Amino acid sequence: MADKKPTHKGKMVPLPSRSIVPERDVHTRPVLETRHLGIDFGGLTAVDDFDLTIGRTEIAGLIGPNGAGKTTVFNLLTKVYQPTRGTILIDGMDTAGKTTSQINRMGVARTFQNIRLFSNLTVEENVKVGLHNQIRYSGLEGVLRMPSFWKKEKLAHESAMGLLSLFDMQDLASHQAGSLPYGAQRRLEIIRALATNPSLLLLDEPAAGMNPSETAELMENIVKIRDTFHTAVLLIEHDMSLVMGVCEGICVLNFGRIIAKGTAEEIQANPVVIEAYLGKKKEA
Amino acid sequence: MKKLNRIKATTKVDFATYLGVTLAFLIVSALQSGGMLSNAMNSWLVPICCFIVMAVSLNLVVGISGELSLGHGGFMSVGAFSGIVAGMSLAEAIPLAPLRLAVAILVGAACAAVAGFLIGIPVLRLRGDYLAIVTLAFGQIIKDLITCLLVGYDKDGLHIVFNLDGLRTVSDLHLEEGGVAIIKGAQGAVGITKMSSFTAGYILVMVTLVIVLNLIRSRTGRAIMAIRDNRIAAESVGLNVTKYKMIAFVVSAALAGAAGALFGLNYSGLVSSRFDFNTSIMVLVYVVLGGLGNIWGSVIGAAVLYALPEALRGLQDYRMLIYAIVLILVMLATNSDQLKGLLGRLIPGRKEKTNG
Repeated sequence: MADKKPTHKGKMVPLPSRSIVPERDVHTRPVLETRHLGIDFGGLTAVDDFDLTIGRTEIAGLIGPNGAGKTTVFNLLTKVYQPTRGTILIDGMDTAGKTTSQINRMGVARTFQNIRLFSNLTVEENVKVGLHNQIRYSGLEGVLRMPSFWKKEKLAHESAMGLLSLFDMQDLASHQAGSLPYGAQRRLEIIRALATNPSLLLLDEPAAGMNPSETAELMENIVKIRDTFHTAVLLIEHDMSLVMGVCEGICVLNFGRIIAKGTAEEIQANPVVIEAYLGKKKEA
Repeated sequence: MKKLNRIKATTKVDFATYLGVTLAFLIVSALQSGGMLSNAMNSWLVPICCFIVMAVSLNLVVGISGELSLGHGGFMSVGAFSGIVAGMSLAEAIPLAPLRLAVAILVGAACAAVAGFLIGIPVLRLRGDYLAIVTLAFGQIIKDLITCLLVGYDKDGLHIVFNLDGLRTVSDLHLEEGGVAIIKGAQGAVGITKMSSFTAGYILVMVTLVIVLNLIRSRTGRAIMAIRDNRIAAESVGLNVTKYKMIAFVVSAALAGAAGALFGLNYSGLVSSRFDFNTSIMVLVYVVLGGLGNIWGSVIGAAVLYALPEALRGLQDYRMLIYAIVLILVMLATNSDQLKGLLGRLIPGRKEKTNG
């Protein structure tokens, strides 16, 4: 890992709540803070005692073996599931009783492991749906085609095209989203999430199904997104080259519990993590 | 030409729809004034307009919002009877017949919108088959409630009695002398002054098309279609799912109410059983055969499939048999890939279009 780009990484410092954030984010309010977060399905505890703090400009990773509860954590953070225990603070505000759409309006956007696009709409319309709460006009204005309709639609078109150009997708704007190749669908999902102007972007296996060169490009894009949109990123990923290359703080989950937190170097050297992934060393 | 290319494919389809409806109206009007239409054909014109509006509005719920509703006839019924009451009781207040018809249609739409909102609150908490079954039940409930309704008016205003025990009659309305009973329970509405005309029907179809098409192409319509395509993703980008489902449902109910008012004021008498389950299913057939989410398809589907069984009346017993065979053939034809490919080559731009 000698060729790692040090530009987007900083020194990590410990916080009182057993978490770490990049040194530059210590003096700002964390974008996300969870305390003792947990959920039970029937008698089964899927996630328990999940404490995580993410700094305002941090790129963080959530890793763990299959079935560790990583996607469940995302579903808890976005209130697709209601937590059984614990609190989630977004920008310091409690999210108890909030719905998924309210969480988005508080500044958390996400992508899905199994892609969820609006497949019958065009690529541009998908992004415009993401802009729904950014560029607003009433249904009546739309039906009567008042001047504000034309103005806002033009603005929405320009914003959508601007966002699409981020991943060089503006030529695909009039294509049906469901007909796009797999990689383009993943990129469109990220663009749609960015359109909601988030302060925290949750990416669920963004590199799944990508080849090494596409993954390398994605890595650069994640840093670019953080820098241009001023958003923190939390990503779930099995591709360790991506996680170790781009994530500042890494959190390892196994059987619903955090088994390690730290920088890439710390995680790679952690015997508990190695055991979780590779199994216990046989006693000789 | 460059400018023409910049116009979106969907915009072209919308204007083709407006143009087609207008041309059809002009041709039929010309035939009518030339005396080329039989009496029977003349009597179809207003109902065809009503059912086009019904099909387009149901398509908003079934095709655009993606929820199967089997109670659309119920909203038509609410609109019909409230429209009839408004049209009859305002005879003195608004002497001008076309204006009174317009007011009656608005009243019908407003009453159906209220009914749609009230029914939408419980119904839109359900999904899929459950939603379909509950809308079916509400359609029946509306029909039966109107069967119990007694309405009359005199110089004091409207008198309304609910005949829920089955013992009340028109005399329970306690109308003053000169008062008129408009809705007489199971007998339905009687002695209606006919106000509807083909022109009014055409205007209502155009207004409906403008409302529905403009809604679909707006921020609201995109939100409704996004929720249809993927509810969880729609929530994750901050859409209020209940709100947009409700908008689609209420707008659809209001338009069905407007169609009902026009329909009701086209006959001298009307019973509530006219808007039973079969009516809802018939409209659904128009929508499905015209194509889910395809607005101009609904227009053509409703016009052709309403006229067909009427035109086959001469064949007596074989009428419904032929109608059924035609329905099956249309379904087979619209599902065939070869035919779709042929259409795709004949109509440029059809492949790019996603909803229209």
